[in-house]
Amino acid sequence: MEHLHYSFTGGTRLLDRQADVVGVVGSGNLEVLIESVAQDGACSIDIDTAAVGFGAIWQAVMVDFHARWQLADARIAINDMGATPAVVSLRLDQAVETMLKGQP
Amino acid sequence: MSSYLESTARERLARLFDAGSFQEFLPPSSRIVSPHLGQLNAPVAFDDGVAVGRALLDNRPVFVAAQEGGFMGGAVGEVHGAKLVGMLRRAILKAPDAVVLLLETGGVRLHEANAGLIAVSEVMRAVLDVRAAGIPVIALVGGANGCFGGMGIVARCTNAVIMSEEGRLAMSGPEVIETASGVEEFDARDRALVWRTTGGKHRYLLGDCQALVADSIDDFRAAAIAQLETTISPALTLDALEQEQALLAARLENFGHVREPYDLWRTLGVPDPEALPLLEAEAFVALVDSHRLGAR
Repeated sequence: MEHLHYSFTGGTRLLDRQADVVGVVGSGNLEVLIESVAQDGACSIDIDTAAVGFGAIWQAVMVDFHARWQLADARIAINDMGATPAVVSLRLDQAVETMLKGQP
Repeated sequence: MSSYLESTARERLARLFDAGSFQEFLPPSSRIVSPHLGQLNAPVAFDDGVAVGRALLDNRPVFVAAQEGGFMGGAVGEVHGAKLVGMLRRAILKAPDAVVLLLETGGVRLHEANAGLIAVSEVMRAVLDVRAAGIPVIALVGGANGCFGGMGIVARCTNAVIMSEEGRLAMSGPEVIETASGVEEFDARDRALVWRTTGGKHRYLLGDCQALVADSIDDFRAAAIAQLETTISPALTLDALEQEQALLAARLENFGHVREPYDLWRTLGVPDPEALPLLEAEAFVALVDSHRLGAR
């Protein structure tokens, strides 16, 4: 297992709902827990992944994610079981969309 | 129509119960994860593979649990089991109209086997306590991982089991049997054999499940509502248990020597047993209802 932490500032988009989880911790998949938490406008992302040694790719995917959504006061936690970068991006988008549309 | 089989535990909860009614106890944001998996350097899930809470089913209050087969095959670890037990014990205090268990599990999680075994036995006790309190417990089995091991026993401790053909219910899984007793005893790669020995249709014919539905969340919902509305039987009495024991003993006596489910179905008087696996749920039920063993 490897733990990675990212924090982005400068985002402006606030989440509408308190918390939700999408995805499942299964092979090639991941779960994304997304929460609306006051943290001086930052968007923090904590990742626990079973695939060790892919920090540079995670960094690129997270930078892309922040550029897409510009989240503020969002706390994201990921449990990953070897998902590909494309799956990670889709799950993150799904998580944000779930929090913005106000759907359960 | 959305497939029950293809849905996650949370999708099932959202669609099977009244829209927006599910309220979760210990949601993922409370981060109550397995204390064992981390020590083994294995991934954890924020809900430890099960969501528990309360919901409305056709406007009636129920307590619910849904196991996530995608996380470690829905296997029961210490936290997972404790969440099930806690929900069941709370049900006794709050007296909902029923408890509905969406089971999808390979049984005990081997990474934390001792804690998991104890947890499963506590779940069994709690299910029986809920029933003894006069609250019916309904189990739904329709996930890709089936319902096996100790949780297979839990399913049969409930008042009623609702299955789809795709759902499977048994104690030892096919690969466990093959590993322990050899491929001559059971060929786990023969999927047709696996389904006709553990699948929903066979369970329905043997009286192990009370309803067989198509692989659709709507159909599972309708069947669960129907179970709520019928008088839930039998009561948890010594007499009822002895009757069931007699039924099981007769089943072993009559069918214990049968090696092939087709032969068993033929003995029950089902016409053209080889055609059964191809029938849709509704046509299957219509055809076999007069032949199935006395549902408990």
